Amino acid sequence: MGASQTRSEHKYQDLADKTGFSLEQITNLHKRFQQLSGNEDTLSRQNLDNIPALANNPIRNQIIEAFFDKRNQHQDEVGSFNEIGFEQFLMVMSHFRPPTLKTTEEEKEALRKEKLRFLFNMHDTDNDGTITLVEYRKVVEELLSKSGAIEQETAKAIADAAMLEVASTNVPDMAPDDFYEGITFEHFEQILKGLEMESRMHIRFLDVDTTTMRCGKSTS
Amino acid sequence: MASRTGTHSPAGICKSLPERGLLLLMVLVFLEGSVLPLGAASSPDVTHQANSDNHIVKEAGHNFTKKPFPVLSLDYHHIQAPFEISLWVLLASLMKLGFHLIPRLSGIVPESCLLIVVGLLVGGLIKLAGEQVPPVLDSRLFFLCLLPPIILDAGYFLPIRPFMENLGTILMFAVVGTLWNAFFVGGLLYAVCQIQPGNPSILHQLELLPCLLFGSIISAVDPVAVLAVFEEIHINELLHILVFGESLLNDAVTVVLYHLFEEYAGVGSVTVMDVFLGIISFLVVAVGGVLVGAIYGILAAFTSRFTSHTRVIEPLFVFVYSYMAYLSAEMFHLSGIMSLIACGAVMRPYVEANISHKSHTTIKYFLKMWSSVSETLIFIFLGVATVEGPHNWNWTFVTVTVILCLVARVIGVVGLTYVINKFRIVKLTTKDQFIVAYGGLRGAIAFSLGFLLNKDHFPLRDMFLTAIITVIFFTVFVQGMTIKPLVELLAVKKKQEAKRSINEEIHTQFLDHLLTGIEDICGHYGHHHWKDKLNRFNKKYVKKCLIAGERSKEPQLIAFYHKMEMKQAIELVESGGGVKLPSAMPSAVSMQNIQPKKLPPAKPAERALSNLPKGREEEIRKILRSNLQRTRQRLRSYNRHTLLADPYEDGLGDLLIKKQKMIELERKIKDMNNYLTVPAAPPDSPTMCRARLASDPQAYSMKPEPDSVPTIQVDLASPQSPDSVNLMDEFRRAEQQHEEDQGLMMKPPSGESGPKKPGEEDGSREHKLMRCLSDPGPSADEDEDEPFLP
Repeated sequence: MGASQTRSEHKYQDLADKTGFSLEQITNLHKRFQQLSGNEDTLSRQNLDNIPALANNPIRNQIIEAFFDKRNQHQDEVGSFNEIGFEQFLMVMSHFRPPTLKTTEEEKEALRKEKLRFLFNMHDTDNDGTITLVEYRKVVEELLSKSGAIEQETAKAIADAAMLEVASTNVPDMAPDDFYEGITFEHFEQILKGLEMESRMHIRFLDVDTTTMRCGKSTS
Repeated sequence: MASRTGTHSPAGICKSLPERGLLLLMVLVFLEGSVLPLGAASSPDVTHQANSDNHIVKEAGHNFTKKPFPVLSLDYHHIQAPFEISLWVLLASLMKLGFHLIPRLSGIVPESCLLIVVGLLVGGLIKLAGEQVPPVLDSRLFFLCLLPPIILDAGYFLPIRPFMENLGTILMFAVVGTLWNAFFVGGLLYAVCQIQPGNPSILHQLELLPCLLFGSIISAVDPVAVLAVFEEIHINELLHILVFGESLLNDAVTVVLYHLFEEYAGVGSVTVMDVFLGIISFLVVAVGGVLVGAIYGILAAFTSRFTSHTRVIEPLFVFVYSYMAYLSAEMFHLSGIMSLIACGAVMRPYVEANISHKSHTTIKYFLKMWSSVSETLIFIFLGVATVEGPHNWNWTFVTVTVILCLVARVIGVVGLTYVINKFRIVKLTTKDQFIVAYGGLRGAIAFSLGFLLNKDHFPLRDMFLTAIITVIFFTVFVQGMTIKPLVELLAVKKKQEAKRSINEEIHTQFLDHLLTGIEDICGHYGHHHWKDKLNRFNKKYVKKCLIAGERSKEPQLIAFYHKMEMKQAIELVESGGGVKLPSAMPSAVSMQNIQPKKLPPAKPAERALSNLPKGREEEIRKILRSNLQRTRQRLRSYNRHTLLADPYEDGLGDLLIKKQKMIELERKIKDMNNYLTVPAAPPDSPTMCRARLASDPQAYSMKPEPDSVPTIQVDLASPQSPDSVNLMDEFRRAEQQHEEDQGLMMKPPSGESGPKKPGEEDGSREHKLMRCLSDPGPSADEDEDEPFLP
């Protein structure tokens, strides 16, 4: 018991340095990972699909896909995994850590970029570096998918209006002949400057173990 | 929060204007001071006259003594009360006006300080005139008439999202912070008062309980003062909501403490049982107040569901229900402020979905007007009451009070933040703490509560009042004046003035769902999970009951989009159609720029479409404007009771009929522009139903769009497209010109797969436009006869 614990702690320390979580948080997340994967070493899309609470989420497919996206692993790879291990799971989760009191301005800036990059990757499904109109339309459609019978046209209109706004604010002097290819990452940053991602895009990671409160319904 | 300080004077003020403002001030002040003694003087004469008349008549019996018929007589007494009230209100409003005519002053000194000074002047004048100062800050007048409008305004426009996100912090500050302040100040005051052993002073009479009562009165942060000062400094949303939320929620604590200590001050001792009862009472007061408010809010929302045929009295429901919520809460000694906030916050999303645009504007402006006047009056009355109020200056007591208040506030904030930061994700920095501590202003509520004290139970009431006034003056003047430069000095983050864009809205929603999903994956039921559950409950059950018609199913994003479109349409219409929308689209980018160019190359017309020449655009706009000016001439009488049968909607109705005709014309060039084919419109779409619901008896009957009609694309997001709404007449004239241009005009933003909207969407947009265009907005609503397009 002792030996394996120190070994896992050592392993976690590695992860803690890489992702910035504390050891308790990693332990909890590992427990959750075990729960989701059915005590396997890897997690598949099926496992995440089976979480009942996610059923009501309109963008569940994008969320699940984000876990398997290689771009979110910060290793300059592209494509997607079929299964992910705990380390990849943790890497994706680390995008949702909040800034602490000691975070400096540069670190906050870097944090914001990282989070925005995560969002950008979620939208840019074909990984060409821009969010095209078609992709953006899909985003809006998915957002509205669970809200009853929505006219397709409205979703399209909203996406178009949003795209237009991005183009107008970023490239105001376009000639009528020019074509705005898509939202690049810089434009994306610019347009969401007001939202202060580093303070909004986070969840609370618990230091205390609460996974025992959830029954194992979420396992496949 | 929107500024309530009215319009600023235009640039380039000639030198006489500030002087004129000052002159106006002086005149009003003298007028005020002179009328009151006149009133006091004339009334006994009149009554005497009346008595003698009666006497004569009674005595004479049958023979009336014939007096010359009084052509002109003065009867001030008859109208004294309303006249004086009106004079005060007029004084308050003119003061506000005057301050903004003097440009430098309003920048340096916050309005609240200036108003208190004016109040002091007026009070001084009245006293000089030898008359008795009216008890202006009488507690009933204050709590029942002056305070509710301000609180309702705050509650109705409360930014719910930041409030809820920081609710834990706000509650900690409000409850624990106020308790700490009360006991610290009260306890230490008592200790200090007992200290001086040598010369037995008046202070030795002071018992512990009255001290604690005084502490509880003085420790509550005042919403009126906070609003008045914070409105001018524009700090970031988080700090604003923290201080302001605290000032609102500490009402419950203050009410309970006040009643508790007042009740037992006579007895002289408090047992554990009483303390326990006090805690229970606090819960009852707080939760009860919120419940009462919520019930009235739901009632108001439910009522607004049926007001589609009587739009005129819609605002009245909002005001009356809210006021009744306040009064009901006060009746049970629950927290009236919390009830009012709950009422406004609960009813707002549903009421706004139900009422017309005009009513929405009415509510907004009435609330702002009343709260502005109330606030001005409160500060003036504070000044007047200071001059009059029974004073009992005691150096020790007053200075110790001021110092203790400051110290208690600082210690409280620092200590609480230390605890709170353990639970907050985004921590509060030292700068934030400083602003929160410094922003703890006291105000008129403390004074009124002190005024309410019974002199028999509290022999040192005058001393209390003096100390309260001193603390109020100190916080309002010193802290109020210096907070602005301090905010600049400390480089505290300011409020972001940018307008909410559709991208931000999309991503806010996206983030909400994303974070909920991640929380679900993580497995714990966090803040987002519950919020999501509440939203779903709201959508599934509550909205169906409280929102009329089909809007109950409208998802938030779409509602936001429609609102934005309406705003843009109104803006464009107000700017005359010739100017590009200043705020959102300062560029020449149009839909054609973002559409993927997949045009089949062979069609020359379509190629021509992508080059809408600028000259042509200008011409279109010019023609538009002249056409709209012709519409102006059509005036109809309107019914006061419906107010909807006004020229705006008639004009639009005509345009829409014209549009129908144009659609027929469209068929001619349909072949050339294959991209104009549109999916068939469902016969009775939700939006059409809603439009019918919103219509009034006099409205035109809108034919449902026939199927397979190529529609006019109304893409209001593009700078050019709102023109297309009104391009009907334009088409007829331009018909003679080349047909390609006609196609051009119909769809100025080109693109083969441009955003097309089916007919009913188009029609519904017209309806929505009708709903909104009938209200030209704040700047142009003086003249009922004015057509909808200026």
